[in-house]
Amino acid sequence: MLLGMSQMPLWDATSGPVWSVADLNRYLRQLLESDYRLQDLWVSGEISNLSRPASGHIYFTLKDAQATLRCVMWRSEVIRRSFLPRDGQAVEVHGQISIYEAGGQYQLYADTIRPAGEGALYQEFLRLKARLEAEGLFDPQRKHPLPAWPGRIGVVTSPTGAALRDVVNVLRRRFPLAVVILAPTPVQGAGAPASIVAALEAVNRHARPDVILLVRGGGSLEDLQAFNDEGVARAVAASQAPIVVGVGHETDFTIADFVADRRAPTPSAAAEIATPDRADLSAALQGARLALAASLGARLERLRWSLADQRSALRFASPGARVANGRQRVDELTRRAVELLRHGLALRRANAAGLAQALRAVDPLAVLARGYALVLREDDLSLVRSVQQVAAGDRLRVRVSDGTFGAEAKTPASGNSRARKRDPQNQRR
Amino acid sequence: MSKTRRPEELNYEQAFKELEAAVQRLEAGELPLEEAMTLFERGQALAERCGELLDQAELKLRQLVPDESGGYAETDLTLKEEGE
Repeated sequence: MLLGMSQMPLWDATSGPVWSVADLNRYLRQLLESDYRLQDLWVSGEISNLSRPASGHIYFTLKDAQATLRCVMWRSEVIRRSFLPRDGQAVEVHGQISIYEAGGQYQLYADTIRPAGEGALYQEFLRLKARLEAEGLFDPQRKHPLPAWPGRIGVVTSPTGAALRDVVNVLRRRFPLAVVILAPTPVQGAGAPASIVAALEAVNRHARPDVILLVRGGGSLEDLQAFNDEGVARAVAASQAPIVVGVGHETDFTIADFVADRRAPTPSAAAEIATPDRADLSAALQGARLALAASLGARLERLRWSLADQRSALRFASPGARVANGRQRVDELTRRAVELLRHGLALRRANAAGLAQALRAVDPLAVLARGYALVLREDDLSLVRSVQQVAAGDRLRVRVSDGTFGAEAKTPASGNSRARKRDPQNQRR
Repeated sequence: MSKTRRPEELNYEQAFKELEAAVQRLEAGELPLEEAMTLFERGQALAERCGELLDQAELKLRQLVPDESGGYAETDLTLKEEGE
């Protein structure tokens, strides 16, 4: 400054150079811009006289109790910022000091504006994050997997917010089999953290949810403060049910995000992460239906082949016509069954029952291997199908899977024939 | 199978789990035919139950409200601006 003065003897009213206004303003501008402290600074104050003309730049005055400072923020900066100030708002502004030469006004050329206190909030956020991380609250090992089947979904959010509607819309579309249990709570403001903690406890204890969605829409760092609260973080960590946190925000993460079992970028995404999709369920069901049909179809196919194998083995014991007839009927029924299974997955209960009955009636041969027996009269080798065909003392021949043996009827039983057929022990001597 | 419940009494998860188990048992192919047929029918009924539930499902909305005893009760919840 002193050096400058010796070059510019303005105090000599009679001699020396006379400055133009433009030269002076340019000189002062260079002076201000050569001071690095003035080129990268934060200033706090209250916004007033905010205007945003068609140019897109914004002009305002920053003031405190004693003084005012003119500020401008160029359009190129404005459009990069999601936060726009309002008159009367306490803010912190970052930028550089310079002079608008044409107006002879020094002003702050702003590139960043944030709500007052946000810097302090952010420092606090970093401190809490580091502390909880050191405690192990963010460890992957302590995170619970989400359930495959979230039949009961607890939702902790504001009853009036868009977040709840978003979640409900997604669940209606994806997983309408669920029951949603809302634990209403404010999600911003001074009482929000305590209320969220209470809601998390209530929903865990009273709603027995399979999963909990803790959600809210986006907002500034200040709006999301409740999700950076230590009490809320600990409640999330202590939850019995797995928690998905979905907070829509422009700033990256909240503490609750780090503690959650899963983190989602928005409430809708939280609902999606937590649930299976109806379309997938439908595909799985269709798959199971096909597998069901195929399993029995294959079984019936095998049965047909084994029948053919056993035909000759049985010829000695049964009138040929009967076997052939029976075999043909089984073939026919099997073919029909396979047909039905192939086309009509909607095979009626009654059909299936009737078919099973028919197969059982004509197919005693295939089941010998599983412990059933055929009983024949010794005299004419006819099949015994009723107690009325047997009198006490009749000689019988019993065929089991690997051969025959003789037997003699005692008092014929009068119980139901199914029971006897099912229990070969009765026939044995 | 002795504790078999009617398909109408089952929720989707129960019905689908049982259906999957039935398919597995049938695929193993070790059941006597009679049992296999019964199991197949059961599987069909379960699949139908699942399909019905999936088609008719409607999201249920409840909310927790504090009751006089200091606990919470579950009541139905209706959202404003629904169906817009």
